[in-house]
Amino acid sequence: MDLATTPYPDMTVITVNAGRIDAAAAIAFKDAMRAAVADGPARVVLDLSHVTFVDSSGLGAIVAAMKHHEAGRRLDLAGLTPDVAKVFRLTRMDTIFTIHRNLDRLIPRATG
Amino acid sequence: MADTIHVECIATQTAVRGLLIGIRTWLRAANLSEENCGTVEIALAEALNNVVEHAYPADLPGGIALDLALTAAGLRCELRDQGAALPGLGPPDTGLPPIDGPRESLPEGGFGWSLIRTLSSRLSYERRDGENRLTLEFNLNPA
Repeated sequence: MDLATTPYPDMTVITVNAGRIDAAAAIAFKDAMRAAVADGPARVVLDLSHVTFVDSSGLGAIVAAMKHHEAGRRLDLAGLTPDVAKVFRLTRMDTIFTIHRNLDRLIPRATG
Repeated sequence: MADTIHVECIATQTAVRGLLIGIRTWLRAANLSEENCGTVEIALAEALNNVVEHAYPADLPGGIALDLALTAAGLRCELRDQGAALPGLGPPDTGLPPIDGPRESLPEGGFGWSLIRTLSSRLSYERRDGENRLTLEFNLNPA
């Protein structure tokens, strides 16, 4: 799965460049996430703004990625599209993750 | 457009994905709201994934047939497969897995039936002549 990693001074944004994290994509997503966080950034924000659909297998893969990454570190989510937000809400996983509505507001702008 | 559709696929994750994308296109063409489309697609994804994962052996996937019928009141979806019966001959009603423990023990699965039950308005299951027949009905708020 195509994940784009963008480092910032105090966080790393991982953008999922795929439309679906479903049963067919769950293992590829988990493998790609392990590779993407291999150098251990302290704070990761997973940008899901291009993902229009997540099923329970995809949700499980996101939870697994969070568990793998955390242990003194953080993995937050950003940019949930409506169906994805619905799956997080109905499973109450929206109470487990910090979910940022808008990634742009997290990213420091270059000044000067 | 027709207000019924019949689709079939082999019970694999990739084939289910293709089926769901096709159904979403059909639901949009039938003027369902995006919210209703999402409700139906999520519930059907869970029901179809259950067949892929549990009804057939992974190395010998059988078929899945799905009939959708739009009525004035909503959408009726009938899913049929010739795989193993549901344990207990009925859809489980165990609720969501607990998420109040430590983060390292958070569940990574077990959400499917809870999503199906929450998103559908009615759910019924029948095992007959070696076939599973799961029916999901959705009351649809107008687009």
